[in-house]
Amino acid sequence: MLCAGIDIGSRTIEVVLIEGGSVVETRQAASGFDPLQEAMRLLDGVKPDRLMATGYGRHLLEVAMDTPTVTEIKAYGAGGAFLFPEVRTILDIGGQDSKAIALNGSGRVLKFEMNDRCAAGTGKFLEIMAQTLGYDLDQFGREALKSPDEIQISSMCTVFAESEVTSLLAKGKDRSHIAKGLHRSVVKRAVSMLKRVTVAEPLLFAGGVAQNPCMVDMLQEATGTTILVPEAPQMVGALGAALLSSSTP
Amino acid sequence: MSEDYREMWKGLGLDLAAHDMLLEVLGKGYGDIYLSQKDRPEGMGYFDFVLSEVHGLRIKELMNEKAAGKKVIGSFCVFVPEEIVRAADATLVGLCTGADFATEEVEKLLPRNTCSLIKSAFGFKLAKVCPYIESADMIVGENTCDGKKKSYEVLKDLVPNLYVMDLPQMKSPEGRALLKAEYFRFKEAVEKLTGMTIDAPRLKKGIEIVNAKRRAIHRLASLRKADPAPISGLDALLANQVFFYDDPARFTDSVNKICDELEKRIEAGKGVFPKGTPRILLSGCPMAVPNWKLPWIIETSGAVIVGEESCVGERGTRNLTDASGSTVEDLMEAIIDRHFKVDCAIFTPNPDRLAHVEEMFHEYKADGVIHYGLQFCQPYITESLPVEKALEENKIPVLRIDTDYSMEDVGQLKTRVEAFIEVIK
Repeated sequence: MLCAGIDIGSRTIEVVLIEGGSVVETRQAASGFDPLQEAMRLLDGVKPDRLMATGYGRHLLEVAMDTPTVTEIKAYGAGGAFLFPEVRTILDIGGQDSKAIALNGSGRVLKFEMNDRCAAGTGKFLEIMAQTLGYDLDQFGREALKSPDEIQISSMCTVFAESEVTSLLAKGKDRSHIAKGLHRSVVKRAVSMLKRVTVAEPLLFAGGVAQNPCMVDMLQEATGTTILVPEAPQMVGALGAALLSSSTP
Repeated sequence: MSEDYREMWKGLGLDLAAHDMLLEVLGKGYGDIYLSQKDRPEGMGYFDFVLSEVHGLRIKELMNEKAAGKKVIGSFCVFVPEEIVRAADATLVGLCTGADFATEEVEKLLPRNTCSLIKSAFGFKLAKVCPYIESADMIVGENTCDGKKKSYEVLKDLVPNLYVMDLPQMKSPEGRALLKAEYFRFKEAVEKLTGMTIDAPRLKKGIEIVNAKRRAIHRLASLRKADPAPISGLDALLANQVFFYDDPARFTDSVNKICDELEKRIEAGKGVFPKGTPRILLSGCPMAVPNWKLPWIIETSGAVIVGEESCVGERGTRNLTDASGSTVEDLMEAIIDRHFKVDCAIFTPNPDRLAHVEEMFHEYKADGVIHYGLQFCQPYITESLPVEKALEENKIPVLRIDTDYSMEDVGQLKTRVEAFIEVIK
């Protein structure tokens, strides 16, 4: 049976196809301004027996083609536990949401925390800060990781932090020091969210922001544990949806 | 709406253009959220009518009462004892709040980080779109939270007839003595306003009117214990909201009629959602018309709300007032006893509330508790963390939501609520 999961996120859409318990294909595209159209395009030519949608835009497919849906939280739980069966906690930082998820040891969600409407501490925050500092997104994490010094950023609000960064640049501060401080503030926020669900090891870091090496490094330092990072951290939600589609009637 | 309401609204000093806009939004929201529900009890037709006439016929009735020499008293809180108001043949109405209105104007008078409920009440006043506040002969403010307490100092200059009632903050003998003194002072103020002496028979009659209303709502609440739930949480919330506006005898009658219908449904094993639908107890801040956001999200995400631990709900309507006394003193004591039990988060400490949340969770066979905190509502949001901790220690799943009246966080809220329902399923 060919099972497909689609994760319609705020920045990217992923499709994962599984058959006989292993991944046979993955696809990815930017969400753009018409995520439904992008999602349809990404599913073009795919004829799965089962399809399940997750992510911020999951209801678009539910309305358009009656696709069953599951929240990102449950999907990340299922996908994370498939990749690392022993995982007990998942941190997922995506484009506009960040989530801490506690699992029971077999992929079932026990408790979760999620940011509210504000984009503080999400991928969007890092993206805007990278832009303000003139980095592209890949460079941003690498440069921050390399930087020997760090300037503390007190504001977590994207708008306030941006003006704080601008004024630091105006004082002639090194942008890599600022970059490191910005990463630290996101990690602090993520850790406090993790603490609310009580962190059990091992901890899996997923979502687009898990591709950032500075985030992984700092998170490791802050939690004092080895962090599991999947090969394709953005695919975990779509993978989970594909897995869940095969187990729902 | 007919022309003769427009004349009436004009007479009350409403801003007709802004008011039209409000009614349009309210009507659309009601259609989308309420009328789209499936298998509603037929008796809810009455509430559809009440809502469609909430600024029309109901106001006309109040104006007729006023023309006959009766008084209208407006309030924002369940601590204002309706028994005393009814004893003087006056009418108590809940004042408008529950939707963002004229926020920019409000923020000239109140800090931005004031809760939506207070801001909204000011918005309705400043934009001149609440016929209740405009028709009230007396507006009762009450010293509950700091936000309300301090904002009444500002409201005082906006209305000609604000009366401020002090309230205790501790359930101590001194606290009760304060409530007693304040209720006697309120009785005098109502007597002065109405020119009536509230004697024992009048007070008894007032208690009986309000008790009948409470009994009907208790009956409705108890029918929601059935699985499948015979009525949606949205519809039950609406009945609890209309509790504050409608003519009490007619309200009591209408709720009892719905209950007759629900009893038949339960007997036939029928409900609004399939048997086994995850059941949610809502707990926290009050939800005034048209603040249906969170219940709507919950009930369109595959769960049903089976109880409201809220002032617009069981916290507000729990307990009858003992009507057996034969003197004014005895009956007043009974009113004070009854209201002193209200476990509002302005009290410190407030252990009764947690006990009630747990009790309701079991009684209504809920699967989880969603705690609703209105952003910047210090008392309830501060309580939400210890309440969450205590419930989780007793293996009761909890989702804590802090939100306001705006719609910008609906996407995130829906994800959180759906994920919570996945967890408790």
